[in-house]
Amino acid sequence: MSQEAETLQELADQKYKYGFVSDIESEFAPKGLSEDIVRFISKKKNEPAWMLELRLAAFRRWRTMTEPKWARVHYPPIDFQDAYYYAAPKVKDDAPASLDEIDPELLRTYEKLGIPLSEQKMLTGVAVDAVFDSVSVATTFKAKLEEVGVIFCPISEALAKHPELVRKYLGSVVPDTDNFYATLNAAVFSDGSFVYVPPGVRCPMELSTYFRINASNTGQFERTLIIADKGAYVSYLEGCTAPMRDENQLHAAVVELVAMEDAEIKYSTVQNWYPGDENGKGGIYNFVTKRGDCRGANSKISWTQVETGSAITWKYPSCILRGDNSVGEFYSIAIANNYQQADTGTKMMHLGRNTKSRIISKGISAGHAQNTYRGLVRVHQKAEGARNFTQCDSLLLGSKCGAHTVPYIESRNPTALLEHEATTSKISDDQLFYCISRGIATEEAVALIVNGFCREVLQQLPMEFAVEAQKLVGISLEGSVG
Amino acid sequence: MLEINDLHASIQGKEILKGLSLKVGAGEVHAIMGPNGAGKSTTSYALAGRDGYDVTSGQVTFKGEDLLALKPEERAAKGIFLAFQYPLEIPGVSNLTFLKTAVNAQARLRGEPVLDAVQFLRVVRETAKMLNVSEDMLKRPLNVGFSGGEKKRNEVLQMALLKPSLAILDETDSGLDIDALKLVAEGVNKLRAPDRSFLVITHYQRLLDYIVPDYVHILADGKIVRSGDKSLALRLEEQGYDALIGKAA
Repeated sequence: MSQEAETLQELADQKYKYGFVSDIESEFAPKGLSEDIVRFISKKKNEPAWMLELRLAAFRRWRTMTEPKWARVHYPPIDFQDAYYYAAPKVKDDAPASLDEIDPELLRTYEKLGIPLSEQKMLTGVAVDAVFDSVSVATTFKAKLEEVGVIFCPISEALAKHPELVRKYLGSVVPDTDNFYATLNAAVFSDGSFVYVPPGVRCPMELSTYFRINASNTGQFERTLIIADKGAYVSYLEGCTAPMRDENQLHAAVVELVAMEDAEIKYSTVQNWYPGDENGKGGIYNFVTKRGDCRGANSKISWTQVETGSAITWKYPSCILRGDNSVGEFYSIAIANNYQQADTGTKMMHLGRNTKSRIISKGISAGHAQNTYRGLVRVHQKAEGARNFTQCDSLLLGSKCGAHTVPYIESRNPTALLEHEATTSKISDDQLFYCISRGIATEEAVALIVNGFCREVLQQLPMEFAVEAQKLVGISLEGSVG
Repeated sequence: MLEINDLHASIQGKEILKGLSLKVGAGEVHAIMGPNGAGKSTTSYALAGRDGYDVTSGQVTFKGEDLLALKPEERAAKGIFLAFQYPLEIPGVSNLTFLKTAVNAQARLRGEPVLDAVQFLRVVRETAKMLNVSEDMLKRPLNVGFSGGEKKRNEVLQMALLKPSLAILDETDSGLDIDALKLVAEGVNKLRAPDRSFLVITHYQRLLDYIVPDYVHILADGKIVRSGDKSLALRLEEQGYDALIGKAA
């Protein structure tokens, strides 16, 4: 379309905003993965003996496993020995007493990413656990959260201060037998967030974590564990950025959520990692295992994700609906442009009685990208009165991309009521012209229409991040109308 | 206001407009009538700048400027408004959001200040009240589930907010019953102004009872074959196209 030709050219040249590398010295473990490296990691973190044993058991198991190949994604074989599994920025003391003691280069890194650790940030009321490569640097708002008894700290710190809590729940939702990447994570996880909300407490603010992969070839193996005890509520936001690299970087995180009786966990993700250049070179591999256990009756876990980055996205945030009357929700926007590939969806396992699940998936494909929704709704024999509603919509921009839907519905209980709706569409020329004829240029029109398409999911995001997400949707699709 | 000179336009290589010429002065209402396939919609799309409607020769001057040199969004910002025959639905985008985006997009193109949410809401409420458009209609997703009449009234609302210098109404009366028609016409009449011109494209005389034109033109086979005042439309109703076109040839 002649109208769009100019715009296409301009925007293909636009550089990834977060593309830069921080100069900071990193302390690396030697390349490769072995029991020695696992021990090194555990020792560096001063972990209790039982934690080292868990890691070693996982590592030994991992050696016997083979990489799964059933997803609709293609990538060159990963050489697991050709990477660093530990990188920490050098800090003068092991425990910085104040921000003054933190490497100014590091602080500049955070500023570029838009997370200044300053008084102003405090005033907005968002607690930020800033993770730099494999080590968490500063945690703000701990005092305020401590007042109500909420624990929000790096998992490495939790292992030191609340080992019994961590031990009780770690691996209870994603065991180290689960899958190849989860097992790898269990062996070499570097750090991540630990959240515990005591009974009856409604966490007073959104909790959030920022990640950044810096050192070349360092796999990010984040491990996050969030527990909402009886009647508790917490909303957690995960947002990631990463610099431009030429080598692919593996991100195999594990997130476990546990919601006890009458508790609720809301987990939102806005992800815009480096997706590779317009020719498909470089970019992050995002192979993540995320799962929530609605352990108690009347509990609720809600996943909301806006995935616009990564060269390859492979993740299925899922819910185990164990408690009676428990509710699981999955709201997703997955955008794949240029040569990105995404195979993402969810699994809702109905085990308890009168459990409900809701799946709203919006997949947008552009350029030469391939976007696959893969979902499983499984109703156990004893799961009386299960209800599911699934709506799976795909939007194709241009004629060279692909959208695929692979829904699995397995019901072993005749009282289950499962609904599935799916649509595939493209932005019609008429719709676009309608906007343009009112003075709205093509780029803005596409963003407007796509945001409308994604509205139901965007509405689920916490207010503070909904605006960022909307902009992200627009930016991700620049130059994609064809 | 608008001067079209010997306009030739094609769709996918097939010539539809074969030398259309027309002059529209400020504040004037011109009706364009014609049989199917004459090129009425092509005229409106060519003026609005739709992709796929290729102007092969001719000139169009709008407010002294070469209209054909401008991109469609620029033409809108310059003051052209096209009320669609079949207004499009955009799911998930509220009417209000769409209106604000359009108004501000045009403001930006003209180098004017943009309205913030509060200012805009005030303006919309006033305008909606004047046109009898309910708050509810503002909150619903654009045109989704709107009845034919509601869609056309929404076009008029857009027109009222965008304040065009030339409004092209493409078969605004199609799909409307008499009451809806009267309502839409009422809205349009409220927007008549000495610095605003209208091109009313229609098949039937009926609409012109309510939006009374200054001039009526018959478009046939890609050209304007006959022009007159409002009585021409009445004669057309009585005698049909063939008779009047035949007479002109």
